[in-house]
Amino acid sequence: MNKNKLSVALSLLAAVALVCAPAARAAEPYIPVISKGFQHQFWQAVKMGSEKAAKDYKVKINFEGPENESQVDKQIEMLQAELAKKPAAICFAALDSKAAIPLLQKAHAAKIPVVGFDSGVDSDIPVATAATDNIAAAGAAADHMAKLIGGSGEVAAVVHDQTSRTGIDRRDGFLKRMKEKHPNVKVVDVQYGGGDQLKSTDLAKAIIQAHPNLKGIFGANEGSIIGVLNAVKELHKEGKIVVIGYDAGKQQKDAVRSGVEAGAVSQDPVGIGYKCVEAAAKAIKGEKVPKNIDTGFKWYDKTNVDSPEMKPLLYD
Amino acid sequence: MTEPIAQTEPRPAAAKRFLHLGAMQRLLAFGALIVLFVGFSLASPNFLQFDNVVGILLATTVNGVLALGVTFVIITGGIDLSVGTVMTLSAVTTAVFITNWHLPVLLGIMAGLVTGALSGMVNGTLIAKLKIPPFIATLGMLNVARGLALVFSGLRPIYFNDTPVFNQVAMGSLLGSIVPGFEVPNLVLVLFGAAVLASLALSKTVFGRYTFALGSNEEATRLSGVDVDAWKIGVYAVTGLFAGLAGVLIGARLNSAQPSLGLGYELEAIAAAVIGGTSLSGGEGTILGTVIGAFIISTLTNGLRILSVPQEWQTVVTGAIVILAVYLDIIRRRRQS
Repeated sequence: MNKNKLSVALSLLAAVALVCAPAARAAEPYIPVISKGFQHQFWQAVKMGSEKAAKDYKVKINFEGPENESQVDKQIEMLQAELAKKPAAICFAALDSKAAIPLLQKAHAAKIPVVGFDSGVDSDIPVATAATDNIAAAGAAADHMAKLIGGSGEVAAVVHDQTSRTGIDRRDGFLKRMKEKHPNVKVVDVQYGGGDQLKSTDLAKAIIQAHPNLKGIFGANEGSIIGVLNAVKELHKEGKIVVIGYDAGKQQKDAVRSGVEAGAVSQDPVGIGYKCVEAAAKAIKGEKVPKNIDTGFKWYDKTNVDSPEMKPLLYD
Repeated sequence: MTEPIAQTEPRPAAAKRFLHLGAMQRLLAFGALIVLFVGFSLASPNFLQFDNVVGILLATTVNGVLALGVTFVIITGGIDLSVGTVMTLSAVTTAVFITNWHLPVLLGIMAGLVTGALSGMVNGTLIAKLKIPPFIATLGMLNVARGLALVFSGLRPIYFNDTPVFNQVAMGSLLGSIVPGFEVPNLVLVLFGAAVLASLALSKTVFGRYTFALGSNEEATRLSGVDVDAWKIGVYAVTGLFAGLAGVLIGARLNSAQPSLGLGYELEAIAAAVIGGTSLSGGEGTILGTVIGAFIISTLTNGLRILSVPQEWQTVVTGAIVILAVYLDIIRRRRQS
């Protein structure tokens, strides 16, 4: 009886394994797309873009990523497992730009082209990298902030984390631009909420309490900005504090429409997903691809949030 | 049947010392809270503001309700690591009912609570009937609930935009309408209401007595004819119910169910209970202590933020305080025996 159960279980497992291994027998070239996550709307939009490119260029992709952006180890395991499948190329958004280098060298030695996306790797191995220039985008957010508060006063920033590339770049891009171009604007506080909406809400409230003269807050990713918006709403400071965000999402778009949020810089997640798979598909055929693919960013506010040119960039 | 209770109430002389020492940590925790309040008030004029104190109260609600639930299982000598993600699963269930299926808000709230209680019952059954250690069983549930929250939500946040009443009632202020200017959001009242209920359940009912009995001496409780398994499942269900309530609260405050939240919340809840004097070896703990513990955590976090202490140091300080609280618990036990 027990033996029977065991054999049933084993054959089930085998069946599952067969179903899960499409790479081995697919005629189309196989490209794993290893992202930094899959739960957030941003990554779902990247996935959408990569699926579209896969269709256009007739390649097979497998989009996967760890559950949150601190799981460097999980992501390395995914990369390792995918390398073992001997893919035609790999798209990879490194959580830690240095940790993955040994594996990438292995890919390089096996002549598997690597395309970076979302953020770069400190190495020459990737044939191309499709990413937003986060420093420039956060700088643009700083410019808009300075303008909207009238060129001087106190502002603060809520950032998702202090160790990831995007967290560092957006924070530094914002701080640097303020220092260089808007010396009368003082960034009085930068706090980190892990992109967690509830924690970001509570810490944004504390920032507003601690700095009664605060004129504006910058939220550096979707979770952070939603926290800032909640804080402003709960303290009834709508319209008194200039709120500037990053990326999109339904809540943020609604706030921009209603004017509680002055505006935000948006990356092009669909474009990031599309361009990395496109570059990988071209690299397989031996075509030349540009080393740095800037996927760009755009400023949006009440006036253009629903415009046809912004629509494809702003996921729900 | 009186036997297990005798375990928690030893002979008069010992009992006196026991009470004294047990009360000491609660007193200590309360004293610490006062010291924190006075200290932060002196350090920054922006700390002791009405809005900021309300901010602290609000920041305590979700963790506080989770901690109330966790207190019950810790008293039985168990643990529940799944409360954070069960909270998320409950929030998602509520959102699916209200937003996706257009059912009445009250029904959605009920669904969230039931989801929590059911998850707790599964935990309890795994532990009591299948004899899986609580740490492992609830660790499994942590992942199951996290996964289900993602599946049910379709990997995206669900908003309560069609039912603004949900957020309005939660963030509105009943107290403010009675005493003008005293705008304490209703969410905070829910925390205190839940605390009163939990306290009554723990100190005035058979359920409470068995909860302590399970933690003091499970075998003696069993031998005295108590259906230990059934009560245990009940305790885990109650913990789950509180996690469900926390789910409804977080959904109301964020006006959305965020399916990827919840990880790490369980540890903060356990920390609140432990700081408040609930012993991880079971048999001991109070609701008042847990509430104070939850307030210590949120006051500390808020105060350090007001002072703009770098985040990495905030985390270090909170961690050190948990260690200190557990150490005090150990000293107390050593003196007792």
